[in-house]
Amino acid sequence: MTEATITLNVSRFRPAEDVEPATRAYSVPMHRDWVVLDALNHIKDHIDGSLSFRWSCRMGVCGSCGMMVNGEPKLTCSVFLRDYYPGEIRVEPLVNFPVLRDLVVDISAFLDKLQKVQPWIVRDEEKPAADGEYLQTPDQLDRYKGFTACINCMLCYSACPIFGLETDFIGPAALALAHRYNEDSRDKGAAQRWNVINDHHGAWQCTFVGECSVACPKHVDPAAAIQRLKVDTAKRWMRSVLLPWGRK
Amino acid sequence: MMLNRPDPSRLHPQPLPRTWWLRRRSYFLFLVREFTSLFIAAYLVLLMAGLYQLGSGHEAYSEWQGRMAEPGWILLHGVILVFAVFHSVTWFQTTSIVIELKAGGVKLPRAMFTALNVAAWLAVSAFIVILFQSR
Repeated sequence: MTEATITLNVSRFRPAEDVEPATRAYSVPMHRDWVVLDALNHIKDHIDGSLSFRWSCRMGVCGSCGMMVNGEPKLTCSVFLRDYYPGEIRVEPLVNFPVLRDLVVDISAFLDKLQKVQPWIVRDEEKPAADGEYLQTPDQLDRYKGFTACINCMLCYSACPIFGLETDFIGPAALALAHRYNEDSRDKGAAQRWNVINDHHGAWQCTFVGECSVACPKHVDPAAAIQRLKVDTAKRWMRSVLLPWGRK
Repeated sequence: MMLNRPDPSRLHPQPLPRTWWLRRRSYFLFLVREFTSLFIAAYLVLLMAGLYQLGSGHEAYSEWQGRMAEPGWILLHGVILVFAVFHSVTWFQTTSIVIELKAGGVKLPRAMFTALNVAAWLAVSAFIVILFQSR
């Protein structure tokens, strides 16, 4: 009996050689327990070793293997071949990012943006470790916990047409992380993040398409985070205008 | 942190085409939502024009009312009503994402928040209709 196969149409681009990406079809064994990443690894190991793509953990944690699968931003380690079989699968690099090679995109602009929002706990003054941990109530934890699951996979950036049109937009993941730390009772960095969040390319550039939350594989809901940042920045602005002692 | 940046000349950019809003149903519905706000703005202009006529005296306002009763204006109001309802419902749907309501420490489902908003909107609308009909 011949082994069942499935066709992957993979976007290929060799820098300094190709002008445009071209699609190449590969026939791979159809295994019910294979994900798209397994099929890509099969191509690299057995058919064409020059195929380039990022991957690491294979379990939806590292956020490396984000690609467009049949036009949708997906973690390729989380989508099964069986869900597309007997149809063909189109694999392309994440849209809205420049392509480095094949399925690898340039993420350096994203890393710059991530750094700008200071996605870490900012303290006015650190207390000595001997004084113990910073305690939180369950309610304080609940305010930000939902936004801690971001794995920086950038699927939300590929789903966001605003980022596609305005590449300087800070974007969903970075803004969701800014909100996550602003809402953390241990953090004192909201005033430092204010300029980035309230900037023209910050939260106000979002027009609430909402697709970032649909694409997020970790159910972070960046769209909600950004709209709440808008409410927060509006309140801060009102305070700074109306109250002489209003803190920015 | 210093990043090792790739040579820009070796990158292939992926600009969004002008037809990006046709790529997905959700993008299209988003643009429809934005587009309907123009009809709300148009109605506000009409309302202000009506108020201006009211301030200009009884005769001017009667003439305005007569003009608004013409089929073309009634049709326009009908179209505006359809888009205003679409805009309002999608507005309440998005509001439920922005505002998180809790009852007894438990988060209310977004659909329930939207339903409460729509119910309050219908109640206020009914109150206004009853108020004007009783005069």
